[in-house]
Amino acid sequence: MPGVWTLAEFREGVINSVSYELLAWGRSLADTLNVELSSVVLGYEIKDVETLFDHGADTVYKVDDKRIEHFLPDSYSNILFSLVKKYDPQIIIASATTYGRTIMPILSTKLNTGLTADCTKLEIGEDGTLLQTRPAIGGNVMATIRTQTRPQMATVRPRSKKPISYDKSQRKVIVPEIEDELFKSAYRWIKFERDESTDLPIQEADVVIAGGRGMKDEKNFEMLYELAKKLNGVVGASRTAVDMGWIPYSHQVGLSGKTVSPHLYMAFGISGAIQHIAGMSSSDIVIAVNTDPDAPIFNVADFGIIGDATEIIRELLKALGDENE
Amino acid sequence: MKICVLIKQVPATDKVKIDEKTGTMVRSEMEAELNPLDMYAVEEAVRIKERLKDAHITVITMGPPSASDAIKDAISIGCDDGYLLTDRRFAGADTWATAYTLSAAIKKIGGFDLVLCGERATDGETGQVGPSVGSQMGIPVLTYVSEIVELTDKYVRVKRAIEGGHEIVEVDLPALISVVKEINDPRIPNLSGKLKAKSAQVKNFDAISIEADQSKIGLGGSPTRVVKVFYPKLTRSGQILRSKDPQSAAKALLNFLKSKEII
Ligand SMILES: Cc1cc2nc3c(=O)[nH]c(=O)nc-3n(C[C@H](O)[C@H](O)[C@H](O)COP(=O)(O)OP(=O)(O)OC[C@H]3O[C@@H](n4cnc5c(N)ncnc54)[C@H](O)[C@@H]3O)c2cc1C
Ligand SMILES: Nc1ncnc2c1ncn2[C@@H]1O[C@H](COP(=O)(O)O)[C@@H](O)[C@H]1O
Repeated sequence: MPGVWTLAEFREGVINSVSYELLAWGRSLADTLNVELSSVVLGYEIKDVETLFDHGADTVYKVDDKRIEHFLPDSYSNILFSLVKKYDPQIIIASATTYGRTIMPILSTKLNTGLTADCTKLEIGEDGTLLQTRPAIGGNVMATIRTQTRPQMATVRPRSKKPISYDKSQRKVIVPEIEDELFKSAYRWIKFERDESTDLPIQEADVVIAGGRGMKDEKNFEMLYELAKKLNGVVGASRTAVDMGWIPYSHQVGLSGKTVSPHLYMAFGISGAIQHIAGMSSSDIVIAVNTDPDAPIFNVADFGIIGDATEIIRELLKALGDENE
Repeated sequence: MKICVLIKQVPATDKVKIDEKTGTMVRSEMEAELNPLDMYAVEEAVRIKERLKDAHITVITMGPPSASDAIKDAISIGCDDGYLLTDRRFAGADTWATAYTLSAAIKKIGGFDLVLCGERATDGETGQVGPSVGSQMGIPVLTYVSEIVELTDKYVRVKRAIEGGHEIVEVDLPALISVVKEINDPRIPNLSGKLKAKSAQVKNFDAISIEADQSKIGLGGSPTRVVKVFYPKLTRSGQILRSKDPQSAAKALLNFLKSKEII
């Protein structure tokens, strides 16, 4: 029986943790269908393949070659295309990261098959097909989608499932032979410039501490960083805060920024415009602090405080400091 | 240099409200706008045109007849001409069929060195159409581009905003680029732009004029099917406290975090 595949991400020497979240989804699909779960990993000097087994994979397809050290969309999609043709999986899932969102549409087009973006739920229907549920229009509409062609392909929103541990793996590594031709690329990779901040991308964080115009200035944003550090989180922002230049665009949450679904989202001085809510409404727990009792952010909050965000956060930092002593 | 910009008309997002009772978005059917994230692609094309001599910008959109307004918006800030792909047979297309249709039109018009598109449309939010068009056309795809570092008539070098930093890559033309918001600040149309847009002729294409394979367009040509649509409740009925003083508010926050086992 054709199996379920996940595309693992190996970049800058590490397997990205989203690869394990994908395996958790893959495991539940493969178990329902009673088929094998495989993870496919491409790159150079690939390490820690073992961890893919620990998190749910039965087999791993590994293509390890100097020529694909960096992400080259054409080589990657040509190689994946040849593997799909050879091994015929019925389902392929990837993470909705910049990698997954680039490679999957290229690959699905080559395979003449459908692709569903940014799913938050995957399950097997009664007839054995993949039911893909995803939010659209800023999370205001949820749609369940079925693919009529094969393989069935989907990208999955980071943090939509917790990784699992797995001890029944056959731990089989398959190193397929790849024709030289497929490594040829039209891309000339120049370099990667790492961001100075060591922060996790906000989409992958467990805790997001976000600030808006109500934080008043760039200096006050430092308190958000401090709080984020204390809670092992990262800092997010409203568009207004980004437009003010208080924080780079990569931290913007919302319709024209990133969509996050952390365990905890704290909004300090954010009004909660619909375009902002679009990017954070799937968070588990939402806390809001705002001086305006009518701020719409309170409509989506589990706990809200009407008050001055900068003063409250200052006191909160103090209190957290006291606790640690 | 011949540049093509793919734009989409979407329901206007700043006109929506949350329905207090159902907690869902209320959208007025009438209001539509050019996808805000496509503005950056349009602006970037115009900036390229300002830098290079002899650049020509064509915008293409697939949508209902009213989508010609989106083309006029693009022309008002400096694009040269536009094609509206409109035909009942295109209706209900998923991203695969949309990309097929757009690439058929791009091939029909022909001769483009650069195809630009937005990161994603704010309605469907898939971000799949751009890379899929590039794949259909068999040209290199550069996604999440935050800067065009260098552009000649032979090649383009870009900066891609990816997790943890920026990647610099280069490809020969023709190529497809999807841009992110970081790339520029779109301009507001001026009066002469508006006048130009008003008198601009938008060309219409149907399924026959782009020589599309009829089995690959619209709902019939789409490999995916929506089987169910539902509206999640966005509102939560949380506890709201009025802060008496910052200390006690911080204390209450701390207790809440403890009750949720966050600290
Ligand atoms: C097409 C489009 C796309 C957009 N995309 C996004 C997006 O991706 N992300 C996004 O965030 N926005 C987006 N927006 C903008 C959005 O509509 C709002 O303008 C923006 O989110 C407001 O940011 P804000 O809450 O920081 O500022 P404001 O709306 O100005 O709110 C500031 C809040 O802070 C409160 N406040 C003031 N002082 C204090 C204080 N001392 N303590 C506590 N509270 C205080 C005020 O009561 C107010 O509620 C988009 C808009 C459009 C039209
Ligand atoms: N119907 C369409 N007509 C023209 N361009 C489109 C259309 N749909 C999507 N695009 C382009 O593809 C990008 C991604 O759209 P999407 O995949 O729908 O999120 C958009 O920003 C547009 O540049």
